[in-house]
Amino acid sequence: MRRSADDRVFRITTGMFAAIVLLLVIGIGFELWRQSMLSIDKFGFRFWTGRVWDPVSGEFGALPFIWGTLYSSFLALLLSTPIALGIAIYISELSPGMLRQPLAYLTELLAAIPSIVYGLWGVFVLTPIVRKLELLLPESLRRTPFFSGPPLGVGMGMAAIILSIMVIPFTSSVAREILKNVPIAQREAAYALGATRWEAIKVAIGFGKTGIIGAIMLGLGRALGETMAVTMVIGNNPQISPSLYAPQYTMAAVIANEFTEAADDLYLHALIEIGLLLFIITIFVNFISRFFIWTTKQRMERPA
Amino acid sequence: MLTAIDMERFNAALAPSAAALESMNAKISVRDFDFFYGSAKVLHGITLDIPDRQVTALIGPSGCGKSTFIRSINRMNDIIPNARAKGTISIDGRAIYSSDTDVVSLRRRVGMVFQRSNPFPKSIYDNIAYGLRIGGMRNRRELNNVVERSLIRAALWDEVKDRLNESAFALSGGQQQRLCIARALAVDPEVLLMDEPASALDPIATTKIEELIWDLKVNYTIVIVTHNMQQAARVSDRTAFFMLGRLVEYADTKTIFMNPKEKMTEDYVTGRFG
Ligand SMILES: Nc1ncnc2c1ncn2[C@@H]1O[C@H](COP(=O)(O)OP(=O)(O)OP(=O)(O)O)[C@@H](O)[C@H]1O
Ligand SMILES: [Mg+2]
Repeated sequence: MRRSADDRVFRITTGMFAAIVLLLVIGIGFELWRQSMLSIDKFGFRFWTGRVWDPVSGEFGALPFIWGTLYSSFLALLLSTPIALGIAIYISELSPGMLRQPLAYLTELLAAIPSIVYGLWGVFVLTPIVRKLELLLPESLRRTPFFSGPPLGVGMGMAAIILSIMVIPFTSSVAREILKNVPIAQREAAYALGATRWEAIKVAIGFGKTGIIGAIMLGLGRALGETMAVTMVIGNNPQISPSLYAPQYTMAAVIANEFTEAADDLYLHALIEIGLLLFIITIFVNFISRFFIWTTKQRMERPA
Repeated sequence: MLTAIDMERFNAALAPSAAALESMNAKISVRDFDFFYGSAKVLHGITLDIPDRQVTALIGPSGCGKSTFIRSINRMNDIIPNARAKGTISIDGRAIYSSDTDVVSLRRRVGMVFQRSNPFPKSIYDNIAYGLRIGGMRNRRELNNVVERSLIRAALWDEVKDRLNESAFALSGGQQQRLCIARALAVDPEVLLMDEPASALDPIATTKIEELIWDLKVNYTIVIVTHNMQQAARVSDRTAFFMLGRLVEYADTKTIFMNPKEKMTEDYVTGRFG
């Protein structure tokens, strides 16, 4: 009797905390919406498709920032995914048992470095190197739209590199966790049919596929919202360009840079509306990724 | 001078003649086989011959080393860190622990079915085709043929022939286990190892597996671990009784159950044990 009463109290209190978190999320969303009413009313859908961002004349279009956020995140995932999965596979499958924990800690340490430090490192260390590489790029490639423009070092490519490094620990640690939890019976089934080590690893990856996609999306959620480091290296120029050399802008960066300068209400509301969209996108991406990871773990707990 | 490998080959070459004393057609010969997990010795000097195209049952109390032994026959224990084998196991007279053994092809010759069915999260068809595909078979017609033949042999074809593209997880427990048997048969092994293949199944599914084992022994050498005495008595030709990592008695199943030499065997098979 007593114990079950304790259980109930425990359940109710933890449940309450969970409810508070949920309310908080809804409250933030509501507040963002309320604080961007002016901009929503004035521009409507045009806000998302407009390319002009001119606070002086009161014309606000967010497309360049949306583009910058999505493009930089996409490029970052392109770079980080193979590396992160490689690390996860190496740690969980190939490395000697003794190295396993230290390596795992080391990659997770990357996640503990403050964003501003990445930014500084990007500006002072990486930018000159990237600029040199940009100069070395063969002329034939420079003529494609992906590398057009003057090689400045700062720009979309630089932002993607920094972002990918920041994303790696998230993706790799979740992917590693997934691989580690793939039932041994799956690998044994493969080995028993004459699989090589690599083929057995592929079976494990196949089993955890959904969860690994979740891990990649978790990285995406992280990349979308990353602010400080990107702001420092992307060049902060609202333009839509496929070029990795071009200085561009992201949603988070424009909010961070211009929030304190927003003198009139419309300007402020326009910035907050960008925040609202970023909020919705990241919540959505995180939700999906967690859902994928969760369903995979669910399946692994069933003896299979 | 003889190297260790030479010695092993030498032993392996000797094995058939030693085996001949006991049985004329040993498929698998085990000589003085020890097994260690780290420093723990869990198998002590196992010596026995497993006859070709018969069913050999391994029985014994929990923890006596049945799984360790059966997993030694296809070197599945190789994937366990710090595990180590000593002594010889030969299949068709060739020592499988010698350094020139190709473990991948060994495992294709010696199939295995596990206690819990472990299908891949793929379709029924792709589960069966997996072993063929990693073996390099690409031709669709050829694959179709082997998939069908394997499912027929595993007595599953009639139940799944119209749903080959459905997920293997949609099958019942008993069907999944027969799928795993079909998957093992697909790569055309000579030996089939089964570690408590029916222990997670209901009586009807169990009966089906037992009938299947009975049919399969025409073509395959079968080694089965079971905790179920009736099952051992029903399906096997020979029975080996293990205890505490040692082989206590090994004889015709009838002898083991009706007229065992050892008191311990008698106690165990009559349920008076422990
Ligand atoms: N991976 C392992 N690492 C260390 N010790 C192990 C390992 N697997 C089994 N053992 C030990 O080896 C001994 C034999 O185990 P094994 O699984 O072969 O017994 P079993 O006869 O199959 O038992 P059961 O009937 O319960 O399946 C046991 O003492 C067990 O604790
Ligand atoms: Mg066992």
